Amino acid sequence: MKPKTPIPPRKAEKLLTWFLRDELAEEVLGDLDEKFYSTLEKKSFRKAKLNYWYQVINYIRPFAIEKSKSINTNSVAMYRNFLKTGYRNLIRRKGHAIINIGGLALGMMVAILIGLWVHYELTYNQNHSNYEKIAQVMQHIKRSASISSHSAIPFPLGPELKHSFGSDFEYVVMSSWQRDHILSTEDQKLIRTGRHMDVDAPNMLSLNMIHGSLNALDNPNSVLLNESTSKAFFGDKDPVGQLLTIDNELNVTVTGVYEDIPQNSDFKDLDYLATWQLYINSNNHIMAQLENPKWDNNSFQLFVQLADQAYLETVSQKIKGVKSPHVQTKGRSFEIFLHPMADWHLRSRWRNGVQDGGQIQYVWLFGIIGVFVLVLACTNFMNLSTAHSEKRSKEVGIRKAIGSNRGLLIGQFLIESFLVVMLAFVIALVGIALLLPYFNQLADKGISLPFNLPIFWMLSIAFIGITGFLSGVYPAFYLSSFKTTSALKGALKSGSFSKLIRKGLVVFQFAISVSLIIGTIIVHQQINHTKNRSVGYDQSGLIMFEVTTPDYNGKLDVLRNELLNKNVIVEMTPSSSPMHAIHNGNSGFDWEGKDPGFSSSFATIWVSNNYGKTVGWQVTEGRDFSEKFATDSSAFVINEAAVKYMGIDNPVGTKVKWNDQEYRIIGVVKDVVMHSPHRPVHQAIYMMDNNRVNWLIMKLTPGIPTSESLQIIEEVFSEVIPNVPFEYSFADQEYALKFAAEERIAALAGIFAVLAVFISCLGLYGLASYMAEQRTKEIGIRKVLGAKLTDLWKLMSKDFVFLVVVACLIATPLAYIGLDNWLNNYEYRTEIHWLTFAIASVMAIVITLLTISHHTAKTAKLNPVKSLRSE
Amino acid sequence: MGKENIGEFEELILLLILKLKEDAYGLAIRKALKNQAERTVTIGAVHSTLNRLESKGFAESYLSEATDKRGGRRKRLFTITASGKKALEKSRDLKVSLWTSIPELAVNKI
Repeated sequence: MKPKTPIPPRKAEKLLTWFLRDELAEEVLGDLDEKFYSTLEKKSFRKAKLNYWYQVINYIRPFAIEKSKSINTNSVAMYRNFLKTGYRNLIRRKGHAIINIGGLALGMMVAILIGLWVHYELTYNQNHSNYEKIAQVMQHIKRSASISSHSAIPFPLGPELKHSFGSDFEYVVMSSWQRDHILSTEDQKLIRTGRHMDVDAPNMLSLNMIHGSLNALDNPNSVLLNESTSKAFFGDKDPVGQLLTIDNELNVTVTGVYEDIPQNSDFKDLDYLATWQLYINSNNHIMAQLENPKWDNNSFQLFVQLADQAYLETVSQKIKGVKSPHVQTKGRSFEIFLHPMADWHLRSRWRNGVQDGGQIQYVWLFGIIGVFVLVLACTNFMNLSTAHSEKRSKEVGIRKAIGSNRGLLIGQFLIESFLVVMLAFVIALVGIALLLPYFNQLADKGISLPFNLPIFWMLSIAFIGITGFLSGVYPAFYLSSFKTTSALKGALKSGSFSKLIRKGLVVFQFAISVSLIIGTIIVHQQINHTKNRSVGYDQSGLIMFEVTTPDYNGKLDVLRNELLNKNVIVEMTPSSSPMHAIHNGNSGFDWEGKDPGFSSSFATIWVSNNYGKTVGWQVTEGRDFSEKFATDSSAFVINEAAVKYMGIDNPVGTKVKWNDQEYRIIGVVKDVVMHSPHRPVHQAIYMMDNNRVNWLIMKLTPGIPTSESLQIIEEVFSEVIPNVPFEYSFADQEYALKFAAEERIAALAGIFAVLAVFISCLGLYGLASYMAEQRTKEIGIRKVLGAKLTDLWKLMSKDFVFLVVVACLIATPLAYIGLDNWLNNYEYRTEIHWLTFAIASVMAIVITLLTISHHTAKTAKLNPVKSLRSE
Repeated sequence: MGKENIGEFEELILLLILKLKEDAYGLAIRKALKNQAERTVTIGAVHSTLNRLESKGFAESYLSEATDKRGGRRKRLFTITASGKKALEKSRDLKVSLWTSIPELAVNKI
């Protein structure tokens, strides 16, 4: 057998041709070949091969190496041509391009907006540099039937934590509740929200001091102002050393100014910070606690910052039982725990002592909606570009004929889709910049575009990359795979597979749209359902004043008589709680027939005998409080919920023991919704006590314009209690605020539903135009054979309607499950009616028909002579 | 380039092109170098020099007819140009004049 002819090493040859200039290849390869064979005659094959390699390596010289390929002038022209054809393709079908790019831009805009919002929510409180180590001390109170969780804690808890667990905490900061107070200089009075906190508060909250130091709270009479409050009082001057009065009784000196705390912090409204010591000194009942600490009075807040080596979980476990030994349990048990700052905003709801979500659920909800809208827009974009690209088979054919290879064609389509996606992205950014102020208003936020965040750009680039690739990849690979001749003939018809995908995308889009429509309807239903609930009192013309200073003491009767004389009010009453909240709850009530093991608790509201007349509640049994009966000072009026709660048949006349005193129930009133309109009314006891004055409630005389009444009331106020700024609120407005969260969801869900429907319709519209064009001939033939216009319209609409019906069938159960879940958050909830689903589905079908009718009608009306001639 | 002067290796190769006449291509020149001047260089080095001579205008090249050898590839054959000849003469004249200006060397004829 003849040995195989040895040949020069292929790999070396390959290497050579890779780097060698093309015009040199022939002679060089020839020379090397000749040399190889001549070496082979004298020496071994191995030597010859080695020599060949040696020669090849020696060709790596400047003169022989090919110049970099990209500087090839032809390819510049080629890319320029890509851009030009891409541009012309957009221009040639303007409507198509607008739908396509506009739809994608819209989707991106929504997704970016939601992304910004989610980012804002997730970074809440993170501007405090000790964010990870700060926690609020709270307690679970376990009663026989339920566990409730509170941020109100007893006074001695702070000192106890400091004393017994000092090594676990960097700072232990007692705090009063954040509420409105009157700040005044000699010539100015402003209402500002503030707190009294321990000296370490500025350090814990890492305030940015403009004037003064972080330790400026060391004197009991010092106060820190935020920048805007300081500006309001003192302009741009350094206010350190200036004197202020809090609530007209506490004299304090400004010792520092801190930058306003950012909007996305739970301390954002902290306008000033006074000392805890001052708070103790100014309240006798707290002073008394220094001697005789009361563990069962929960009236304060407590914040801590953990020591560096301490862990939240372990510390929380350690301090769990710190309260129980100090109190009479009366069938209750107490568990102290830490609520980390990271959870304050997002997870601050408890159900039976277990953390049960909160804002985080909305973050999830809208995050998912955002992704959906984006996916909708992308599928649209892909769908339309794919459908449209089949029109370009001739272009592909010609490109192939003049020498384009497959890689270049793929590149062309991908580059085109990248550019279009980029264009859409720029439009989206511009849109967001314009829309952001309105969005902030709607969502009640201070969000801005984070151009300086690298993560924002990274996500954006990743997103552009993915969308551009996905929308370009199908036409790129599909079209470039055809033979030149068949592409030139224009015989490209998409296979059944791509049709199936396209139909699937339409179903998917409409399923989401229909779900969102259903969601919007149900959220509105829930809001209306709750709003229509009987509140049990008359909200019209009811105004409320918070009593924050002792200036009111002894002036109430004068005030009332003056106002009644001027006939601006019907009646006025003091109360311990405003109409929109219950500020007190008590336990330890005993009555005949009560199960001894039952630890009862009631909302307690102290009022005057004018309360009923002022708020207009409805007495269903017995009678209202009356000045005619002196015994009414030990009388209860209870609501219907309380009757049920106590389980008594004849409430009027029942004796109730509380705090070693005996009270008698004199009347029952219809439930008054004070707390949350979404929940059952709390069992409540109303009793008379003119010393518990936290609020004044007035009923304006009907028939007089509110502005006039208010003006007269203000005059009377400034006469009787001149030191108090005139600040009031309307009961109906406060009540309406309780729906703010739900209404915000309704508004956002509505907007997203409209957007989703709109984007889906854009897709449908584009697709219908494509389908109509494809079927021009078929329609022409049908017309010639005598089909009527309506028949043709039906014929073409049928396919789409079928898809939408399928989408509705998919959306209905999904929406039902999701919404039922959401409604379970509300104890006072609406029912989901099948009609809702029917309405949403019919809406979807009508919208579909409207969208596609333009094209179907146009095609159907076309003169068959023309449509059949087109070739 | 415009450089009029030629280096020693360039001169050698130009001379070999003249000597090889109709068959002056890369590998042949390399062989001649080895046989006549006992210098072993790579084909790349020869090629690179030929290339340089061509760009300086001292040599010209054309592709030969294809043959069965070399896998049917053509050879690039080099010829010397007029300016190449002139450069060679200049180099020779310079050396000769130097030689003759040194009498003892001329007499001894090393």
